[in-house]
Amino acid sequence: MTITTAPPSGAPASDRPSPAPSDALDAKALLGLLEQMLLIRRFEERCAQSYQQAKIGGFCHLYIGQEAVAVGSIAAVRPEDPIITAYRDHGHALARGMDPRHCMAEMFGKITGCAKGKGGSMHMFDKPHHMYGGHAIVGGQCPLGVGLAFGIQYNKEDKVCLCYFGDGALNQGAVHEAMNLAAIWKLPILFVVENNLYSMGTHIARGTSMADNLAAKAGAYGMRYAECDGMGVLKVYDCFKTEADRTRAGEGPCFINVETYRFKGHSMSDPQKYRTKEEVEEFEEQDCIQRLRRRILNRKMATEDQIQAIDDKCKKLAIEAVKFADESPAIGVDELYTDVYSQPFGPYKLGQPAEGFRE
Amino acid sequence: MTRKIQFREALNEAMCEEMERDQRVFLMGEEVAYYNGAYKVSQGMLERFGPQRVVDTPISETGFAGLGVGAAMYGLRPIIEFMSWSFCLVAADQIINNAPKMLYMSGGQFKVPIVFRGNNGAGGQLGSTHSWAVESMFSCVPGLKMAIPATPRDAKGLLKSSIRDDDPVFFLESERMLGLGSRGDTDFSRYLSGRWAPPTVEEDADFLIPFGQAEIKKEGKDCTVVALGRTVHFALEAAEQLEQEGIDVEVVDPRTIRPLDIETILRSVRKTNYCVIVDECWPFASIASEIAAQVYEGAMDDLDNKVIRVNNDDVPAPYARHLEQEMLPHARKIVEAVRAATYNS
Ligand SMILES: Cc1ncc(C[n+]2csc(CCOP(=O)(O)OP(=O)(O)O)c2C)c(N)n1
Ligand SMILES: [Mg+2]
Repeated sequence: MTITTAPPSGAPASDRPSPAPSDALDAKALLGLLEQMLLIRRFEERCAQSYQQAKIGGFCHLYIGQEAVAVGSIAAVRPEDPIITAYRDHGHALARGMDPRHCMAEMFGKITGCAKGKGGSMHMFDKPHHMYGGHAIVGGQCPLGVGLAFGIQYNKEDKVCLCYFGDGALNQGAVHEAMNLAAIWKLPILFVVENNLYSMGTHIARGTSMADNLAAKAGAYGMRYAECDGMGVLKVYDCFKTEADRTRAGEGPCFINVETYRFKGHSMSDPQKYRTKEEVEEFEEQDCIQRLRRRILNRKMATEDQIQAIDDKCKKLAIEAVKFADESPAIGVDELYTDVYSQPFGPYKLGQPAEGFRE
Repeated sequence: MTRKIQFREALNEAMCEEMERDQRVFLMGEEVAYYNGAYKVSQGMLERFGPQRVVDTPISETGFAGLGVGAAMYGLRPIIEFMSWSFCLVAADQIINNAPKMLYMSGGQFKVPIVFRGNNGAGGQLGSTHSWAVESMFSCVPGLKMAIPATPRDAKGLLKSSIRDDDPVFFLESERMLGLGSRGDTDFSRYLSGRWAPPTVEEDADFLIPFGQAEIKKEGKDCTVVALGRTVHFALEAAEQLEQEGIDVEVVDPRTIRPLDIETILRSVRKTNYCVIVDECWPFASIASEIAAQVYEGAMDDLDNKVIRVNNDDVPAPYARHLEQEMLPHARKIVEAVRAATYNS
């Protein structure tokens, strides 16, 4: 048996091809991206409101500020490519195509939710859209993501797994075991660090060695490294299109550092003493929605009115999601003992996935 | 047609037959391929199925246990071998948070058909870190199933059922039993004599032992002794001794903990009116504790004395040979417990 070791390369993997992949996106496509980001934004605003009204319980983590990451990356891959993420997951679910009504209903604990109200905000699953969950133990989803990629390779399929995690998860052993396994077996997976600089109140520089050189982390596993400006949806799109295609072509896993920022607190109860208002404002100027909006207007791909109409539509969808969730029946107590086992025994009963989530 | 095989051969045959039957089944773990298994359970499997389906991993239990769960969600049917269940503790999040709860948390969308298997309980002077018996620690987790076979026949039938099961199965073997059924086996000579539980397996690729079916390993009328896995053999050894004293015990082996066939246990207790429960965990909140509670709940009026539990001593597993032997729920402890339970002490 010969053993080949890939040289540790800290260098950015891809010389971005010119023209950039996003140059091929027409007005309709750009407006589509804008609409997805707006939908997430408006949806999250309604989540915050519903949380304050105690309609949503438990922990709830908003994606506001980071919309470009899920939207740009998911647009760059194919609908059947599996994705898996952490608990800040509403954005990924919506970008993947989950009906906002079912997403909201899940948080309201209703039978119409994607998991019938058994998962909640942090555990969004959507099998028909190949979303393998929201996972709430920091870093715990990374070995699972590697398992999805293993499945792809085992079945000799032409897919790529997107595995998202936070900068805080970089300090979890599970992530490193996952990266090592993916590297030795050249699994088709993109490890996506949604680097919003903070894990709760801990700045990345306080918690992570070589925080300004994450390429070294990838290099340690001989893995391709790429980074992109996560406040620009087209930057994200270009980066992911390039890297996903390379991985799909058999070049093995890639570690992508997406530099982003969350505009709201870590969860719904965060006084944010660990960062300044000025810092937040500085990033708000980079708001992914405004940036794409300006670009569309500058290039005269749409009018202000047209964009306003899209925003109005998203606001309406978000309100409708709340209304739907409100009016949906709560999950019945008879569902307590369903879905525990696929082949139940004793007190357990077979369950049925919610309407719209059956294969 | 039946024939004698070793416990480890039973495991090997179960895996090979199921891998022949279903392309989605694969084996993954440390040293399972090129090394033929740290305990030679997967002997010859790499050659037979190739490195795609018999996969050596680095020493990364969290990584490969979690990989298995993800692969199962994706539609494969992994068998994940832990060299020892003692080493699964570093992968606790993957095996007890992810595997058994995915179906529920996803509202029935993602099942996890996976088998975690490996050696459980004291091996032989391995010290405390390597001598975990994990059944009481994990059997409280809804969403998983657990099997603890005591004979090659049970091992084969239960492992095949485990691999075909759509839920996560924790399959607990014992290093001390892998050679069971082979010539020159001293620990289990009685067993070899074939008196109570001949180590034979049926020649049938669809030979399955369903979960939740206890087996009476030895019939008797004077006292019920519930025992699992390796302790079945301690119980049979005790039974032989007690027979000379005129006490005829009935040894009931539940074989699976989740589901637990409490009915067969209760039926036996109703017949004998006395009950001793043996398991290889530590006494506090052990399997024996749970079964005792269920026996009280279901057969209180049939009991002529209190239920007695026989467990490991409530100490970390020691290294010194005689101390380790003493700690286990061995035959002498069972004999004493049965005497006490039946007012014969
Ligand atoms: C293993 C584990 N430890 C602690 C927590 C509590 N916790 C939840 S989120 C979080 C911060 C994670 O930050 P990061 O990975 O950067 O993700 P972000 O919240 O920024 O999206 C912590 C400590 C947890 N969920 N899991
Ligand atoms: Mg973070």
